[in-house]
Amino acid sequence: MSKKTWFNNLKCRECGRLYEKQAIHICEFDFGPLEAAYDYDAIRNVLTREVIESRPKTMWRYRELLPIDGEPTVGTQVGFTPLVKVDRLAKALGIRELWIKNDSVNYPTLSFKDRVVSVALSRARELGFEVVACASTGNLANSVAANAASAGLKSYVLIPSDLEQGKVLGSLVYGTNVIGIRGPYDQVNRLCSEIAGKYGWGFVNVNLRPYYAEGSKTMGFEIAEQYGWKLPRHTVVPMASGSLLTKIHKAYKEFIDLGIVGKSPFSIHGAQAAGCSPISTAFKRGTDMVKPVQNPDTIAKSLAIGTPADGYYAIHSMKETGGGAEDCTDGEVVEGIKLLAEYAGIFAETAGGVTVACARKLIETGRIPKDDSAVLCITGHGLKTQEAVAGKVGEPRVIGASLREFEALVADETAVKS
Amino acid sequence: MPSIRIPTPLRKLTNNEEVVTVSGVTVGAVLDELNKTYPGLGERILDEQGSIRRFVNVFLNDEDVRFLQEKETPVKETDEISIVPAIAGG
Repeated sequence: MSKKTWFNNLKCRECGRLYEKQAIHICEFDFGPLEAAYDYDAIRNVLTREVIESRPKTMWRYRELLPIDGEPTVGTQVGFTPLVKVDRLAKALGIRELWIKNDSVNYPTLSFKDRVVSVALSRARELGFEVVACASTGNLANSVAANAASAGLKSYVLIPSDLEQGKVLGSLVYGTNVIGIRGPYDQVNRLCSEIAGKYGWGFVNVNLRPYYAEGSKTMGFEIAEQYGWKLPRHTVVPMASGSLLTKIHKAYKEFIDLGIVGKSPFSIHGAQAAGCSPISTAFKRGTDMVKPVQNPDTIAKSLAIGTPADGYYAIHSMKETGGGAEDCTDGEVVEGIKLLAEYAGIFAETAGGVTVACARKLIETGRIPKDDSAVLCITGHGLKTQEAVAGKVGEPRVIGASLREFEALVADETAVKS
Repeated sequence: MPSIRIPTPLRKLTNNEEVVTVSGVTVGAVLDELNKTYPGLGERILDEQGSIRRFVNVFLNDEDVRFLQEKETPVKETDEISIVPAIAGG
């Protein structure tokens, strides 16, 4: 790869004003989000399927479409997680063909957040930051902590104080500074916006957000490549801020525009938990005015964002692509986790349960036709949210190390089943 | 007078002041007064129809004014209003 960059400016998504590629994330005029602007004509000349296929199997094989100047220096091994065809789950959900994009095994911290952090911290280094930070519902904190540790950057992660134990430990172990905030994620987020303005830190999802968010596109690029250099007809994506959904949409559009995949119809659907569903609720009401949820209440804590930054854009992505939005109860989340585990052998965190449960509804209601094909985005590992399923998946039966006891147990089981 | 916390991107308009004070008995009145004192600030926060922009969150003390009475929310002398960009996190 040459050292050239194909990324020229930041650009306001609302008014189109251009900004220098610094640690800034909003337009000074209308507070619209800043996004990376690329030289697509130049990229078209260098990025082909063959070039991509010749590169290592990581998210950086799409380097030209990611907003850093030089070579990546953090998270160079991230991405290219499996896209798995899951026939038994397809049958259980009543659809012809089903695939799982399995970011629960992303490297190094078992969630899709490694993608965004890899870009954000590579860029943070280019911009000269020595301290990096984030506002997080858990997965992002884990990834910032781990990737900062390996890169030798000092880090602070701010989280709601009531997160799952696995997510808290999964940050602490890396020696980061974990700050628990009393209150929901939205208050953590607001505090981080204020801190980012005051301290000279690189907040991956505040002042580095334009770089960070682009990392999510790689999930979409990988789906398109692994699906056979074409777009799946339906993609179901969990929504917290809505950013991942909008970036998968952007990834698909970029691949079409660059001629890397052919133009074909695709729909992107969003999934939320009923205890915090500002985006799906607005979508179902037919409006793009997202009403904030003041007190999110769901076991899907990683999705519990009451004031979703990209809710407005997520609604437009779903509308533009003919997708739908669904939400599900906590009971359905657990059911979704169990379905995915029992029928596909994949243990996802609560957000994965939300995705499966909502996909089931989208199929049942015909929003995703039964004779079609769909990809579900699974974004984090089940070991991180064990509390959600503890006591709901049975208990081991304990016996002595005796053949007699084992035979009695099996005999009992056979008797029950017959 | 109520105090108003200005976000970094708007401090060019307040001579780099992080916190300013202006009078007003509602959130809307405070924002109007803010615009008179610091010309240009109002149009950054309010759209052409005079509504709080889509990507701006205004907090009265620790409460988002969208959970209160939006621009009609009463403001006391000792209150603090924070203007915080909405695009963050997630």
